[in-house]
Amino acid sequence: MENAIEVNNLTKIFGNFAAVDHISFTVKPGEIFGFLGANGAGKSTTIRMLCGLLMATSGTAKVGGYDINTQPDLVKQSIGYMSQRFSLYEDLTVEENIRFFGGVYGIPNQRLQDRMKWAVKMAGLHGREKSLTKTLSGGWKQRLALGCAILHEPKILFLDEPTSGVDPISRRNFWELISQLSAQGVTVLVTTHYLDEAEYCDDIILINAGRLIAGGSPKELKTEHITYPILEVEASNVIAAMDLLKDKPWVVEISLFGTYLHIGVQKEETGRDEISKILSSNQIAVKRVDAIVPSLEDVFLHLLEEDLKRKAS
Amino acid sequence: MRIIYHIIVKELLQFRRDRRMVAVSFLAPVVQLLLLGYAATTDIKEIPMLVFNQDKSSTSREFVNQFINSGYFVVKEEVNSSKDIDRHIENGDVWLALVIPPDFSDNLLAMRQTSVQLLADGSDANSANVSIAYASQIVSKYSQSIVVNLREKFPGIKQPARINPEVRIWYNPELKSRNFMVPGVLAMVLLIVTMTLTSLGIVKEKEIGTLEQLMITPIKPYQLIIGKLLPFVIIGALDVGLVLIVARFWFGVPLQGSVLLLLGLSGLFVLTTLGLGLFVSTISKTQQQAMMTAQFFFFMPFIFFSGFTFPIENMPQIIQYLTYAIPLRYYIVIVRGIFLKGVGVAELWQQALALLLFGVLILSLSVWRFKKRLS
Repeated sequence: MENAIEVNNLTKIFGNFAAVDHISFTVKPGEIFGFLGANGAGKSTTIRMLCGLLMATSGTAKVGGYDINTQPDLVKQSIGYMSQRFSLYEDLTVEENIRFFGGVYGIPNQRLQDRMKWAVKMAGLHGREKSLTKTLSGGWKQRLALGCAILHEPKILFLDEPTSGVDPISRRNFWELISQLSAQGVTVLVTTHYLDEAEYCDDIILINAGRLIAGGSPKELKTEHITYPILEVEASNVIAAMDLLKDKPWVVEISLFGTYLHIGVQKEETGRDEISKILSSNQIAVKRVDAIVPSLEDVFLHLLEEDLKRKAS
Repeated sequence: MRIIYHIIVKELLQFRRDRRMVAVSFLAPVVQLLLLGYAATTDIKEIPMLVFNQDKSSTSREFVNQFINSGYFVVKEEVNSSKDIDRHIENGDVWLALVIPPDFSDNLLAMRQTSVQLLADGSDANSANVSIAYASQIVSKYSQSIVVNLREKFPGIKQPARINPEVRIWYNPELKSRNFMVPGVLAMVLLIVTMTLTSLGIVKEKEIGTLEQLMITPIKPYQLIIGKLLPFVIIGALDVGLVLIVARFWFGVPLQGSVLLLLGLSGLFVLTTLGLGLFVSTISKTQQQAMMTAQFFFFMPFIFFSGFTFPIENMPQIIQYLTYAIPLRYYIVIVRGIFLKGVGVAELWQQALALLLFGVLILSLSVWRFKKRLS
């Protein structure tokens, strides 16, 4: 089966700054594809090029089989797009928003009635069809925006930071909707900087400063890139502990996770012994040392550090 | 077509929900008309005047009564020396003094030419002009009625006596500045409403991010532009109608020419205002910026250099050349011409052509720039 999205050396240069620098990847039909990176890493720029909002400086991409450089109108007809701003008309009612977006996508009136019912149900807005959109809370706006973006039943859906500024429960509900869409065969490309959300994705790529750093399924990323054990340490003063441990030769990587330390060590046993010894001799009480499976956050911090080292050398 | 229809419906719904915009679009024109029609009028009533009547006959008293009954003058005092006149005019408590010579009624009865003196306070040139003009009219009217009376009494006379001031006023015989201002307000309202609504309508979508959302849809740029501009043409047309009704039926400003011609040529002017609105939207990121740009770079020069407030003939030559670059100039001539003089295409074709050229040029440049910005 043909790939839903194929990106080949896509590049966007603003002035003398490469916002997106020769990125290539493919997205399989029906999968949830996560696009991760810090703010300003080039996620939105890439999405905007794929949607036909922005001309690429060089490189090619096919979306739904159409070339973004030569067939932007066909690309637009076959995709849905929702940005972090939930771009709805706040001064129109729920129903008016749906009718407008349905209308501009050229959905026939008969069909639009069905789609409107569907969108209202999906967004959980039954009984509030006549409410002004500005009176809705963030989670509702987000689901309504999603509904409006897929009224025309696109095969490919682009979501640019769809969960920013939304409460955790709404975020969970939203991801359930995304999973349902994916199960119905819709390809979803989603950018996020919430690493816990990346776990919902079938495949992920990580970009930094416009360049692709790594890609794969969450499971692959966790097992392929970190080959050393990681110990999670709970101690009375983690900041002082970090200072004491960071330059030790047996420490591969060390980072702070809230009130814990995640320490990559060369060998688990010697690591445990050394940590307990050094910290207790410095009057830091060690409450717990556990070997853990690395989280995506561990992996990405590791990958970003590697990338930084590569650039420095 | 259906896409354009959906955009228009959306625009009108949004317009209706924005109470302030509705008020600005339909209430402000009326308020502006009332302000300029009443408050800013340069018409003067109850001008304080003095009378120095050296004649004291029933004829001269009847003459003075003409001034009082006109409603334009209030006789503050009857004085008995020319020194009193000097004092009052110096103090500024009267604007005009009427001096009737001792032989006034004798001369009239003897069918000789006679004269009256009108002294005006020249420190306020405008008021003086207006006072003199009113007074001269009263004098000449009275003079004519005497002629008629004498002819009745003495049918045989050839050359009866007259008081004969030369006054000529064109187009606006009652010297009503309202008749001059009100048609100008129509032009201002159309300019401000259509240009502001267009630029704000687009910049607002930029601000909230819906413009980007629209660009993802299969809407073509031309559909978006037509859909965004047509609603404001409709609102502009409603405003023209509103101003016409208030001007005609509230202020009684006579509409001498053809309403259809006025509407048609207004359509030409709207090409320019929509184009400018679109242009402002391409250079503004926020609604505030759009408002400021529109006000300082367009409304103010338009108001000052179009002949709306100051007559172009009084400007320095170099500025007069500059006014040819202000599209509002041509439209003001058209509106005043149709309103006050009742002129038609034969007299206005040059203005109409200028508006058409400006409109097509400005609108196509703005559309081109807008399209470039979108991609």
